[in-house]
Amino acid sequence: MKLNKFLIHLLAIAIASMTLIPFLWMISASFMPQGGANQFPPRFIPDSFSLEHYIRLFKSMNILRYFFNSLILSVSITGLSLLVNSMAGFAFAKFHFPGKESLFKLLLAAMIIPAQVTMLPLFLMMNQMGLINSYLGVIIPGMASIFGIFLIRQYINSLPDSLLEAARLDGASDFKIYWHIVLPLAKPILVTLGLFTFMGTWNDFMWPLIIMTRENMYTLPVAMANLSGEHAQDTELMMAGAVLTVLPVIFVFLALQRFYIEGIMLGSVKE
Amino acid sequence: MKTGRFFKVWMSPALFLAPALLLIAVFFFIPVVASFLMSFTDFDIYSLADSSNARFVGLENYKNLLSDPLFWKAMRNTLYFVFVGVPLSLMVSLGTALLLNSKLIRFMSLFRLAYFLPVVTTLVAVAVVWRYIYHPSFGLVNYLLSFLGVGAVDWLGNPKWAMPALILMAVWKNFGYNMIIFIAGLQNIPPELYESARIDGAGKWQELLHITFPMLLPTTIFVSIITIIGYFQLFAEPYVMTQGGPMNATLSIVLLMYQEGFRWWRMGYSAALAFVLFLILFIATLVQLRLQKHYSGV
Repeated sequence: MKLNKFLIHLLAIAIASMTLIPFLWMISASFMPQGGANQFPPRFIPDSFSLEHYIRLFKSMNILRYFFNSLILSVSITGLSLLVNSMAGFAFAKFHFPGKESLFKLLLAAMIIPAQVTMLPLFLMMNQMGLINSYLGVIIPGMASIFGIFLIRQYINSLPDSLLEAARLDGASDFKIYWHIVLPLAKPILVTLGLFTFMGTWNDFMWPLIIMTRENMYTLPVAMANLSGEHAQDTELMMAGAVLTVLPVIFVFLALQRFYIEGIMLGSVKE
Repeated sequence: MKTGRFFKVWMSPALFLAPALLLIAVFFFIPVVASFLMSFTDFDIYSLADSSNARFVGLENYKNLLSDPLFWKAMRNTLYFVFVGVPLSLMVSLGTALLLNSKLIRFMSLFRLAYFLPVVTTLVAVAVVWRYIYHPSFGLVNYLLSFLGVGAVDWLGNPKWAMPALILMAVWKNFGYNMIIFIAGLQNIPPELYESARIDGAGKWQELLHITFPMLLPTTIFVSIITIIGYFQLFAEPYVMTQGGPMNATLSIVLLMYQEGFRWWRMGYSAALAFVLFLILFIATLVQLRLQKHYSGV
C-alpha cells in the first residue's frame, strides 16, 4: 500500500511536470538575454536576467494596442452576450408560447454546424457593412450563442415558478421580473458562462485573423501568429509575447476556477 | 380584454427572444444558406468587387474538389490527426481521471489544476512555444531524447514527423478537458457496485473491466464525439507551427479552406470545402447518436 501510494504520486508528479514545463520554460526564456534560449543543452534558468524583450514589445512593437484590442473585444462580447442570451434563455424557460419546443429544437440542431461554414458569407456581409478591421466585425457575430442560451435556459428552468408568480401578483412587469428576480438568482450560471465567453473570445483565432487585417486591429493571438513568422529567430521575444498573451487568461481562470469546472459539467450533461 | 391578453402572451417572450434570434438568424442561419448557395458558384476575387460576376456552376466545385490532390492530401492529414489524436487524447484523459480519482492520491485539486492549465491557455501562444520546444537543435524534446540516445529529429521540418508532433501537442493541450468529464463520470458510479464486486472477490483489474469501463460508456461516447468534432477543425496549430508544411504534410481541411477562401479568394471552392467538413461532422454526430441509443440500456 505504501509503495503503491508512492508510485501513484510519482506518476502524478511526472505528468504534472509534462504539463507545466513548457510554461515554466516559456517564462524563463522570456527573461533570457538575446540568444539565451538558443543554446544546447537548453537552459531552464536564465544565465542572466533581462527585461529587454518586454521593453521591446512595449516600446517598439504595438503589444499594448493588441492587448487592448483583445481586452475590448473580450469584455464587450462577454457583457453583451450575457444580456442577449439570458433574455432568450429566460423566454425559453419561463414563457409558454406556440412553437417554443420546435424553435428550441431547431436551435439545438443547428449547433452541429461548424462556424467555418458561416465565415465566407459573414466576411462578405461585414465587408458590405464596412466592418472589416472594426471591433463590431468581431462583436456582432459573437453576441448570441446557442450554447449560452441553452445553459441559461437549463438553469432558469430549475428556478421555482412561485417566485415569479408572487412578483407578478405584486404587479411587476415581465422586464422587472427578469431584471430584479431572475438575473440575480441566475448569477452562478452567468458567471460560468461569462467566464467561458471571456476566455473563448480572448483565445479565439480564426475569425479575428480573417476580419482584422490591419496591424493596429490585431488581437494578441493574431499578432502572435503573424509576429512568429517575422521574428522566428527571436525566441526570447516570442516567449515574452506568449507570456503576455497567456497571463490574463490564467489569472482569470485561477480566480474563477470553480465556475469553469462546473461549466464543463453543465455542458456535458445531456437533457 | 381578450386582445389584451393575446398581446401579453405573445409580446413578452417575443421581446425577450428578439435580440438573440435576430442575431442568430442574420449572422448564422443566413450565412449558412448563403455559403451553401455560394458552393455552387464560381465566386472569386472579381465577384468580391461586384457579386454579379459570380456565375452558377452547378456541382463543378465539388467535382473539382474530388479530383484535387491537395483536397485528398488535406483529407488524409485531417483523418490522421483525428483517428490517431482522438483515441490517444481519450486514453490520456481517462488514465489521468483514474489516477486523480484514486483513493490514495493527495493534493488532488492541485494536480487537477496542473493538468488543466494547458486547456485554458491561448492555443496560438502555446503553438508558438511548442515550435521552439520542437526546435531541431535547441528544443527540449530533442534534449530529452538525447538521454535515450535518440539523435536530433527535425520534428516540424520532416514530413514524416510533423503530424505526430502536432498530435502530441494537441493531446497535451486538450486532455485536461475530457479528464474533468471522466472524473465526474467516475464519481457518478454508485459505490455499491464496487462493494458487491469486492464481496464477490473481484480484483482491481476485474473491477475496472467489468464495472468502471461499462459504466463510463455513455460518458466515453459523449466525450469522443465532442473531441472528434473539435479535432476535425484543426487549424491554428498548422497555421502557426508549419503553415501546412513540410510538403503539405500538415495541411488540414480547414487550413485549405482558409487558404482557398481568404488568401486566393476562391470563395465558391472554399464554400464547397466547408460543406464537405460539415457533412463529415454531421455523419459523425449521427453515428454517435445511434451508438448512444444502442448503449443507453447498459
